[in-house]
Amino acid sequence: MTNSATGPLLDVRDLTVTFTRRGGPDTRAVDGVSFQVSPGQTLGLVGESGSGKSVTSLAVMGLLPRRSVSVEGHVYFDGDDLLTLPRDRMRDIRGRDMAMVFQDPMTSLNPVVPIGVQVTEVFERHQDMTGEAARKAAAELLDRVGIPDPGRRLKEYPHQLSGGMRQRALIAMALACRPRVLIADEPTTALDVTIQAQILELLKDLVQDTGAALIMITHDLGVVAGLCDTVHVMYAGRVVESAGRRELFAEPRHPYTGGLLASVPRLDAPRGAPLQPIPGSPTDVLSWPDGCAFAPRCPNRIDACTGAPPPLEAIGGRTLRCVNPLPTAEEVPA
Amino acid sequence: MLKFVVRRLLLLGPILLGLSVLLFFWVRALPGGPAVALLGERATPESLARVEQLYGLNQPWYVQYSKFLTRAVQLDFGNSTQTNRPVTEEMARTFPATFELAVAALLLAVAVGIPLGYLAARHYGRWLDNLSVTGSLLGVAIPVFFLAYILKYVFAVRLGWFPTQGRQDPRMDADHPTGLYVLDGILTGNLEASWDAVMHLVLPAFALASIPLAIIVRITRASVLDVVHEDYVRTAEAKGLWERTITRRHVLRNALLPVVTVVGLQAGLLFSGAILTETVFAFDGVGRFVAEAISNRDYAVLQGFILVIAALYVLINLAVDVSYGLIDPRVRVK
Repeated sequence: MTNSATGPLLDVRDLTVTFTRRGGPDTRAVDGVSFQVSPGQTLGLVGESGSGKSVTSLAVMGLLPRRSVSVEGHVYFDGDDLLTLPRDRMRDIRGRDMAMVFQDPMTSLNPVVPIGVQVTEVFERHQDMTGEAARKAAAELLDRVGIPDPGRRLKEYPHQLSGGMRQRALIAMALACRPRVLIADEPTTALDVTIQAQILELLKDLVQDTGAALIMITHDLGVVAGLCDTVHVMYAGRVVESAGRRELFAEPRHPYTGGLLASVPRLDAPRGAPLQPIPGSPTDVLSWPDGCAFAPRCPNRIDACTGAPPPLEAIGGRTLRCVNPLPTAEEVPA
Repeated sequence: MLKFVVRRLLLLGPILLGLSVLLFFWVRALPGGPAVALLGERATPESLARVEQLYGLNQPWYVQYSKFLTRAVQLDFGNSTQTNRPVTEEMARTFPATFELAVAALLLAVAVGIPLGYLAARHYGRWLDNLSVTGSLLGVAIPVFFLAYILKYVFAVRLGWFPTQGRQDPRMDADHPTGLYVLDGILTGNLEASWDAVMHLVLPAFALASIPLAIIVRITRASVLDVVHEDYVRTAEAKGLWERTITRRHVLRNALLPVVTVVGLQAGLLFSGAILTETVFAFDGVGRFVAEAISNRDYAVLQGFILVIAALYVLINLAVDVSYGLIDPRVRVK
């Protein structure tokens, strides 16, 4: 498959990741996930812990361990299927064409190497820059992501920077070679709220400036509302609903999406109103071949939910994996 | 940094003072005494009294101790009753020998242990890993004197590859300005003498290195296994860095921190642990001399040597703490 100029930049098809254990059953962490993302577009992968969203991103980047993990499906980028590329070709693409920002900036930076080295090593690896040129480029980069006094910061170690600064530094490293795809795996989870907003704003600006495609992995619907064009909601390794941001927020159809939206605390709710969690926990899952994995926690459960897996169907501009979806506005009796 | 070093050096005083008290009474608690050891069981009381008077052993203990202390601070530890030469002279003869042996053993343990531990971790669960784990278990479990005899029998007696004992061929015409025979040969331009000293070092160094080598392999392996799963190694992979850059800069620099501590502790132990090896290979060093001093109740030698060994131990550990700060900026002392 080759991409035409107008086609998606990254085309993930039927991505399936299985963890195998000696003497134990296999675990299918990601099961037939497909999505496309185009330049300048932001795609959200949403779901709670264990839904497979991080594993999806690691599989796309080729960062899963080779042992005891099997990755199937296709990840087309620039006409190549990344899953079949030789390891060294994949190393050339990582950090240059596709980059990733991780969740915890404290543990994602090497504690015993100065920030400067951790930034310049990307230039050295992919752009043959060395010495003063690489240092200058690194200082400019830190300045661009909003780190004041970059010359001094380059010499410092991660523990000397605040959490927000560290995340900016990680973003700088990811953006060093102006990647065409940027994957951000919960980049704001470890930060406090005011810093979260700044980091999201920064990502938004950078994507707009460079025309990169952004894949935003999050469990925070607030982040999705502020940033994403399209949203894929994942549950137990499968996409259960995907739609444009407006449609999804205005009218969630999958009961899980509805539950996620209802569980967001609202400022306009009456004082003392109880929070509305989704009952049960993500460990109460049915295995997909036996029916809908969400069925054990689903308020809309009917008999048809169990027995066979619900198919992913296109319904009115969105895709949905549910046999008894929430009603649309027209369907709701007045 | 300087403050830290000075503070630690000042601590050396009280440590050595306390140790000197313990030592003073410990050597006198040994059954018999230097006079009996020198003159034998059947010596007359008069001749014993004469010897005791000669060495001041008939004085009350507090007089003996204060004399010992006032002379010790001037680095005078009295005369050996075994050889009747000043203890400091015996130190000048034996310390370089043991120092040379300990350094050779440590170099061997580090040069082999760290790469082997790293490779074992990288081949986790495969034959190389199993071999190095089993091998290091054997290295710790086999008594040093047994290993020393085996090495000597196989490689010196049977195969004749190495000399069986001593530090240098006695027929060798060599000068010894420093007492470090390998270095002496280089300094005096007598490379043949250097090479002969190296050949004499090989087997004892192997025997002495067995335990530290095994420990270094184990620690390096465990530490690398921890570090390769750290988030910052994943970040480095996401940058598309070459594997050797990741290994050197991101894995080893972090994984070696605990190894440095162990190497320091082992370095101190080598000095006191060389007794068995030196005895088997008739290597004229500290361990052998101190062992003889114990059976001869050579108070002056025991007191002096053990104090100096303790001081060395403290200094080596100080050096380890300082070097730790050089590798890990988080513990760098201000």
